[in-house]
Amino acid sequence: MMEFDAQAWVKVAAFVGGGIAMGLGAIGAAIGEGYTASLANLAVSRNPKLSGDIFKNMLVGQAVAESASIFALVVAILLLFMNTGDATLIKAAALLGAGLSMGFGAVGSGVGSGFPGGQACLGISRQPANTSRLTTNMLIGSAVCQTPAIFSLVVAFILLFMDFSAAPLNPTWAALVGAGLSTGLAAIGSGYGGGMAAGGSCEGIARQPEATGNVTTVMLVGQAVAQTPAIFGLLVSFILMFKVFPETTQLQTSMALLGAGLSTGFGGIGPGLGNGMAAESAVCWVARNLPSAPELMRIMLVGQAVSQSTAIYAMVVSLVLIFVV
Amino acid sequence: MAIEGMDLVKAAAFLGAGISMGLGAIGPGVGEGMVAAKACEAIGKNPREAGLLTRTMLVGQAVAESTGIYSLVIALLLLFVV
Repeated sequence: MMEFDAQAWVKVAAFVGGGIAMGLGAIGAAIGEGYTASLANLAVSRNPKLSGDIFKNMLVGQAVAESASIFALVVAILLLFMNTGDATLIKAAALLGAGLSMGFGAVGSGVGSGFPGGQACLGISRQPANTSRLTTNMLIGSAVCQTPAIFSLVVAFILLFMDFSAAPLNPTWAALVGAGLSTGLAAIGSGYGGGMAAGGSCEGIARQPEATGNVTTVMLVGQAVAQTPAIFGLLVSFILMFKVFPETTQLQTSMALLGAGLSTGFGGIGPGLGNGMAAESAVCWVARNLPSAPELMRIMLVGQAVSQSTAIYAMVVSLVLIFVV
Repeated sequence: MAIEGMDLVKAAAFLGAGISMGLGAIGPGVGEGMVAAKACEAIGKNPREAGLLTRTMLVGQAVAESTGIYSLVIALLLLFVV
């Protein structure tokens, strides 16, 4: 470790981080776009005369799903080519954290945005008169679904461009890597879950166009709750990035901060997915049983709140690791 | 840098606490979400039984929560006791 200067290690972190950012970032959007295309094909086989409209809708939906991996590409290019002229070792931790944040963060949103696109295409084949309503709802739902990827991009940008050189290497290196993991991992569940809700709403609107208003409302509420684990992740990331940690030679402080990032990061995956499942089911059934919309909204919210609990435990453990031990 | 024994042990304990609660939150989140989803479907099919269905959902979710509680306990033990 002592034979190589700080510059070399910064470049190592930048290139490894760039690889992670693009490698992981490519996964989600590809899967999501593939799902959209597969359902679009089924839609065309069901109703070949509408292939023009369906094809157009497929491309629009795929474009939104692509955006998460475009973010990842931008972060990767920045990591490869940014000027690290007089950077210190702490920058290496920041760059690795940026790569982790954007890489993981793009996975959930990419896959999730595929659901509304596919369901909208199927819906067009069933009810051509509703094309514009379906496309609008698809766009709204996938835009909200991209939010966790945007959180990850924000954290990545802060880690890339903020000057950490005044901070001590130990334990700030762990805080910065932990910050990347916290938002990046938590975004997986929220992105996927938000996408499930959006997909369900497109299916519901295709089935029951008169329910569009209620379905969209329940979808937005359900997606908002599904975003909460990603917000916890963002909160812990911000604390880790902006809190001033006194210098220490002890390994335990560094591992505590890394553990804090892992706790909220992983902890957001399950509740995000679960909240999305609940929201998807709720919007599907609002469309099938419109008069029960209030009951359905109520049970969706209660169920989502209980499902959220382990994300809250994880955040509490993170905060204890940062502030108490 | 020389890492002494006690420091390494504490470091491992803190990392373990983070991993324990982090991974431990995944399962209950997904499982309880499935319960909530099916409860929505059940109420969609039979809205008059909303009370009974909600109660059943909550009991089911409470059981699914148990492993998450175990993870929290282990995390707290690692943080404060060992």
